[in-house]
Amino acid sequence: MSSSSPFSIADLSVHYGTRLAVRDVNLDIEPQRITAIIGPSGCGKSTFLRCLNRMNDLVPGASVSGKVLYYGEDMYGPNVDAAAVRHRIGMVFQKPNPFPKSIYDNVAYGPKLHGSRKGLDDVVEEALTRAALWEEVKDKLKSSGLSLSGGQQQRLCIARALAVHPDVLLMDEPCSALDPIATARIEELMIELRQDVTIVIVTHNMQQAARVSDTTAFFTVEVGDEGGRTGTLIELGETKTMFSTPTDERTHNYITGRFG
Amino acid sequence: MTALMGLALIMALIPLIAVLGYVIQRGAQVVDLNFLTKSIPITDRTIGPGMGPAIVGTLVITAAAALISVPLGVMGAVYLNEYGNNRRLSRIVRFFSEVMTGVPSIVMGLFVYTALVLRTKELNGLAGALALACLMLPVIIRSSEEMLKLVPLDQREASLALGARKVTTIFKVVLPAAAPGMLSGVLLAVARAAGETAPLLFTIGVVSKANPDIFSGTNTTLSAQIFRNAASPFIGAQDRAWGAAFTLICIVFLFTILARLLSALLTRRSS
Repeated sequence: MSSSSPFSIADLSVHYGTRLAVRDVNLDIEPQRITAIIGPSGCGKSTFLRCLNRMNDLVPGASVSGKVLYYGEDMYGPNVDAAAVRHRIGMVFQKPNPFPKSIYDNVAYGPKLHGSRKGLDDVVEEALTRAALWEEVKDKLKSSGLSLSGGQQQRLCIARALAVHPDVLLMDEPCSALDPIATARIEELMIELRQDVTIVIVTHNMQQAARVSDTTAFFTVEVGDEGGRTGTLIELGETKTMFSTPTDERTHNYITGRFG
Repeated sequence: MTALMGLALIMALIPLIAVLGYVIQRGAQVVDLNFLTKSIPITDRTIGPGMGPAIVGTLVITAAAALISVPLGVMGAVYLNEYGNNRRLSRIVRFFSEVMTGVPSIVMGLFVYTALVLRTKELNGLAGALALACLMLPVIIRSSEEMLKLVPLDQREASLALGARKVTTIFKVVLPAAAPGMLSGVLLAVARAAGETAPLLFTIGVVSKANPDIFSGTNTTLSAQIFRNAASPFIGAQDRAWGAAFTLICIVFLFTILARLLSALLTRRSS
C-alpha cells in the first residue's frame, strides 16, 4: 500500500439496505494512468466508482465497509469531510448534466464555491481549454450551457470538474449518451488529461476500454442463493494483457462476447 | 364528440364571462380616481366615493400575510423535499398540509380570533394577515415542494461532486432551478388570499379612514367592504360594493399577470 497511488482499496463492500451490492474489492489505482472498469450490467461498477468520492453517502440506505485509502489516508475516516474529498476528486456523469446557467457560470461554479473569485476568467479559460472546448465557446460564454450539443455539454461538464483542479477524475460511462464522433473527442481528451490527472472510467464499451485505458479492472456479477446479485472484482491487469491473454475464464468469456 | 366537448367548453365559459361582464358593467362606471383614493363614507346612505382605505388595507394585509407565509412555506418545502424525505416528521407535515388546504377559510379566521384576538382584545390588520397566512401556508408548501421535486437529481449530484455542501447546493442550484415554478405558485396563493373575506370577518374589524399600520387599529379590505356594502339596502353602498368588486378583480388580475411575467423572466434567465 504505497501512499503514492491515489487509491488503495482493501476489502471494499457496499450494501444497499440489507442487499450486498459489491463484495470484497481489493485494488490499487496508479497515478497518471487511465484505469477502466468494465463488466456486465449490474456488476456494481458504478457503485464501486461512487465509493471513490463518497457519492454513495448520498444514497439512502447505502453503507460502505472496508478501506479506501486516498494517498494513504482513510477516506472514510471519522474526521474526513466528504465535501473536501469531492473537491479533490472530480466526477463526470453518464448523462451530461450542465447547470441551467451560462457556460461561464457552469465552469466558475466550483472555483467560486472554494472561494477564489480572483482571476476567475483565467480559471474558466484554462479549464475550458483543457477540456478542448475553449475554441468552440469562447465567443458565447454568456449563453446557456444547455444550448450546446450533447458532446459539448459533456466536455463542459469535464471543464467544470477540471476547474477545481482535482487530482483524480472519475468518469461514469461518460460517452454512453454520445454519438461516435463526440465519443472520439472525449477519448482523445482523456488521453491528453492523463498526464496530470488520474482517471478512472467505468464503461460498458469494451472497445473504449481497450482504446483509452492503461489498466483494466474486470467486474462480474454473482447471483446468490436467494437471487441477490452481487458484483465483485475478478481480474485486474494491464489493458493489453487483459484483452489478449486474460487469466480468468470469465474475463475471457466476457471479452470474447460470450456473455454480458 | 368534438361538438359535445365544444358545447361543454361554452357551458363552462358562460358563468365566467357572465360574472366578469356583470362586474365590469356595474363596477367600472363607479371606479375613478376619487373612488380609489377617498375615504369610505360613514353612512351607507351617502352616494359617491370611495374605497381608498379598503385598497390600502387589502394591499398591506396581503403583503404582510405573504411576508409571513412565503419564507415559512418555502423553507418548509425545502425541509420536506431536501432533508425530510421519508422521516416521520416530514410525512406528518406533508399529510397535515394536505388536510389544511381543504380547511374552509372561515375556520382559519376563527382560529386566529380565538387564539389571538380574544387574548389581545384588539382587532387589527396583523390578525387578519395571520389568518390569511395560515390559509396560504399549506398551498405554498405543497406547490413549492412539487417544484423542488422537479429539479433533477443529476443537478444536485453535479454540485455535490464539485465539493459543494448540501446547503450550498440547495441555495445555488436547487432553489434557482425551482424558483420560476415556485414563484408562480406563491403569487397565485397571494392572489387568492387577496380576495378572501371569511378569515378577515372576525380579525380586522372595520374602518372608514385608511390605516396603513397593521399593528394597531382596525382595518378593512375590498373583500370585506363588498361583503358589508352589497347587503345594504342603499344604492350608494351597493354601487361602492360593485366598484370594490371591480377593483379587486383588477388587483388579482394584475397579480396573476405579474406572476406569469416574473416566472417567464426567471425561466428565460436560467436557460
